[in-house]
Amino acid sequence: MDSAVGAPGCHAYYRHIDNSEVNAVKDQLLETDNMRGLCVLVTGGTSGLGRALVSELRRRGAHVAFVARTPDRVERVASEEPGTLGIVGDVADKDAIHRMALQALGWRGGIDVLVNNASSLGPVPLAPLADTACEAFEAALAANVLGPFRLTKALLGALAASARELRGGIVVNVTSDAAVNAYANWGAYGASKAALLHMTRTFGEECAPLGVRFLAVDPGDMDTPLHALAVPDADRSTLKPPAESAREIADAIAESAAAARTPSAVEAAA
Amino acid sequence: MIAADRAVQRPPDARLLVVDGAGRLTHAPRARWIDFLRRGDVVVANDAATLPASLAGVHARSRRAIELRLAAWRGGTRAALAFDALLLGGGDYRTRTEARALPPPVAPGDTLCLGPLVARVVRALGHPRLLRVRFDGPPNAFWRGLAAHGRAIQYAHLPEPLPLWDAWSPIAAEPAAFESPSAGFILAWSDIATLGAQGIGFATLTHAAGLSSTGDEALDARLPLDEWYRIPKQTAAAIDEARSRGGRVIAVGTTVVRALEHAANAEGHVRAGAGRARGRIGATTALRVVDGVVTGTHEPGTSHHELLRAFAGDDVLRRAAAALEARGYRTHEFGDSMLVFSDARAGGTARPAPLDTRRSRPACCCCGFRPPPAAVASARAPLRTAPD
Repeated sequence: MDSAVGAPGCHAYYRHIDNSEVNAVKDQLLETDNMRGLCVLVTGGTSGLGRALVSELRRRGAHVAFVARTPDRVERVASEEPGTLGIVGDVADKDAIHRMALQALGWRGGIDVLVNNASSLGPVPLAPLADTACEAFEAALAANVLGPFRLTKALLGALAASARELRGGIVVNVTSDAAVNAYANWGAYGASKAALLHMTRTFGEECAPLGVRFLAVDPGDMDTPLHALAVPDADRSTLKPPAESAREIADAIAESAAAARTPSAVEAAA
Repeated sequence: MIAADRAVQRPPDARLLVVDGAGRLTHAPRARWIDFLRRGDVVVANDAATLPASLAGVHARSRRAIELRLAAWRGGTRAALAFDALLLGGGDYRTRTEARALPPPVAPGDTLCLGPLVARVVRALGHPRLLRVRFDGPPNAFWRGLAAHGRAIQYAHLPEPLPLWDAWSPIAAEPAAFESPSAGFILAWSDIATLGAQGIGFATLTHAAGLSSTGDEALDARLPLDEWYRIPKQTAAAIDEARSRGGRVIAVGTTVVRALEHAANAEGHVRAGAGRARGRIGATTALRVVDGVVTGTHEPGTSHHELLRAFAGDDVLRRAAAALEARGYRTHEFGDSMLVFSDARAGGTARPAPLDTRRSRPACCCCGFRPPPAAVASARAPLRTAPD
């Protein structure tokens, strides 16, 4: 499987440097529309990392569809990002998955990249496992494991077609260092992200012959609403801006898509 | 035959009747379907996802309940949101289609209120149940409304409501089909990996499979309606490559036969791109590219069964039908399957000889393999035997 993209500063030691000027220069030097024409679906697209991804992927020329639960926010982001498709739905809801898939696939006839970004913390405020309600644990598994599993299955036909037609066929699952390390009070979240990480690896092994690539990405500790829910008194200046993680993830997708465009990609993967 | 009444795509006890090119019948567990293929063949499947194309609503002018079943894409592009559709009176799939009430009379310009969607009648199509409609609003609103309100088209033999995920084959991609291209239900992803491991190609096309039944005999006789399809260039290339090496083209589903034969020229070369499959395939059709088809177990008289007459003679199909009946095979979209190989390679049958150059070429004496035209034309080089 493709190696996970390791983000620097997974812990709270990340030093926030305002490098927007550096990035502006980089954008001029590098190809900034290296995702032109790719159809990407991002879950959890109205907040935090997902919101930043919608902007970043659109800026690079991708056709971006996104899913989120709240109709007002979906509508707002769709109007802030013209040309994107907003889909209302909850990835934790089994009945919603094919309705989302239908809208995303009907929009432009296919999907080349799926980003499973929507996440649930489990209990809020965070709690030790022994104090975690079963329902809160189940909610974390539903959003962070079953949702990505179901959505991947629903879209795998389109992703495999994308790989065969040398466009893409990429699944990015947003994980966490809590998937690897045990942190007190992060049990439900950590267990669900560990399951997501393992599922990503297994899918990657199984789908390599199809040319569909699976990436697990740990974006680091970001200054997002989810982080604020988990650690309300965090020093935000130590947190990574989600736009920076979004750029890293977009780079990883662009690199993977470039590999998918080489004619031998499918056979090589097999 | 027995109607399969549960929406299970790959029941462990599913069965397969194989009809080979010589008309021999073999019964097998369906999970073993790949055993009947060989290295160098290419399997082509329809990856259309199924639209929730049944829309309950009200005919605004008469205020009477209706069910609209979308049946075919119309207009220059899909974004035109124009369809040919079947209009039924109130009620749902639990009533047999034949027993459904006639819809209220509709006129061009009439409004059909379908949950969050609004459709306008463009015109009638020569039958009270068939009309052309166009949806108001932008495509995004159409897809949102369809996702919220549409139900997969189903028939009375399935008593439980059919969820969309059971109507999508594992490889479902672009939502284009009005009913499930159900032959593709047999395709587990592990099968696709097995094909690759055994040197058998796998490719897809997208074909907007239409309605299988309208509940009206005169209208059924007009099925299938013209159906939109798209063949990726990689698929056309995979077919060319397989044929040039003597491999067979195995269609998963009658829709794949329809698309490939429509897109094929006289030499069996398939043109990539979009098209609209017209007409019926039947006893007098000379197959140009497809050598075998995986399909359901169809009753004689249906358009699906008619299509099989292009592959095998009536005597063979009669024996096959008797075998299906005698062994209690299950029918309909979640039923058992057949794999029917064209008899063209085995020397043809008593059917009137169609104008197919392939049939007049000499077959290998030991395996029945016929070289593609290019190989015949090229300097009479020693012919390869078919790969086993």
